[in-house]
Amino acid sequence: MSNAIEIQGLRKEYHGFTLEDVSFRVPQGYIMGLIGPNGAGKTTVIKLIMNLIRRQAGEIKVFGLDNLRYEPEVKARIGFVYDTPRYPEDLRLKEIAAAIAPFYEGWDRSRFTALMEEFELPFKATFKKLSHGMRMKFSLAVALSHNADLILMDEPTAGLDPNFRFELIEKLRSIIQNEKKSVLFSSHITTDLERIADYITFIHRGRIVFSAAKDELLETWGVVKSAGDGIRPADIPGFRGYRRTDYNLEALTSDIATARRNLGPAAVYDKATLEDIMFFISKGTGHD
Amino acid sequence: MKIIVSNSSPDPIYEQITRQIKAQIINGELREANPLPSIRKLAQDLQISVITTKRAYEELEKEGFIDTVEGKGSFVAMQNKELLREKKMKLVEDKMTEAVEQAKFLGISFAELREMLTLLYKEKD
Repeated sequence: MSNAIEIQGLRKEYHGFTLEDVSFRVPQGYIMGLIGPNGAGKTTVIKLIMNLIRRQAGEIKVFGLDNLRYEPEVKARIGFVYDTPRYPEDLRLKEIAAAIAPFYEGWDRSRFTALMEEFELPFKATFKKLSHGMRMKFSLAVALSHNADLILMDEPTAGLDPNFRFELIEKLRSIIQNEKKSVLFSSHITTDLERIADYITFIHRGRIVFSAAKDELLETWGVVKSAGDGIRPADIPGFRGYRRTDYNLEALTSDIATARRNLGPAAVYDKATLEDIMFFISKGTGHD
Repeated sequence: MKIIVSNSSPDPIYEQITRQIKAQIINGELREANPLPSIRKLAQDLQISVITTKRAYEELEKEGFIDTVEGKGSFVAMQNKELLREKKMKLVEDKMTEAVEQAKFLGISFAELREMLTLLYKEKD
């Protein structure tokens, strides 16, 4: 299987934050979700892929090409959506599109027009008049109009209403009907990714916790719940984080089957959602 | 083809899909050489991961229910009559195994279980 993105040993240091030893792949033809709490390093990773900030170590290959050496070639094939789209405030959408189009060899004017209509965006409006949701939609329309092979999005669903989030997810699904296209999508709204992603990469405090197929995660991870204090977290196979109240213990495990086998009727066993996984891991290595 | 996917079911989604497609092949709703939707199309329609539908089709292929032809897609495989009957028996056998395991776990005797089965079978006649 070839990879749309291959990241190896990435490092970036800011004051008070270090992205360290970040490695993962986005296989071609699939949707990868990048999850993690706010400040985990999601945006930093995406900015490094786009070469908007300088990396201190590591390597990034997009379509097998080094993203620094082949920057123009690589960028021409990426449709990029920022978390807060920025375009000249006083220009009309029509004028912005006309200014962008020449930069892309694959610019598809009729597709752009169709998307503008579908998203109900007025060609004549100036950028500053648009709401956050409309700015997002406009940015998405641009990203989807030059036949990009990789769609790269940083928190595209933040601040959008559920209807449009759903629409966006449908759009991404229809893009990967073509098995040459890939998507990398960062979000802290895990339900969106639970619905759409094929793979999940979880980043926490600047490091990768895991990068795996979503189905596999949701089938093997789970939450062990036990009343009272009969079970100690350390006794739980695959233990990854817990929460204790006066009444019970809830613990995340990466191996719910073994936990069930070993602990038997002393606990109940639930499937873990991506939200559970994010919550317990962030908490487990954090405030305890 | 009819498929329902439940997120609250304890069974993995790929298993839910294979089970339903198998049942439709066994009861004749899906016939030999009928085309199946592509892996990507099915994933889009059911709003699930491509990996899930791929795995479901791989399982079906392994068990001889469907054939996949490179570049053409997947089709319901030729079904050997005898094999089909065997598969039907296997379906019932699996359910019964489950019932037996549950009965043993709950301390229900063989005699009690047999009685239950007799009653249930006659009731449905």
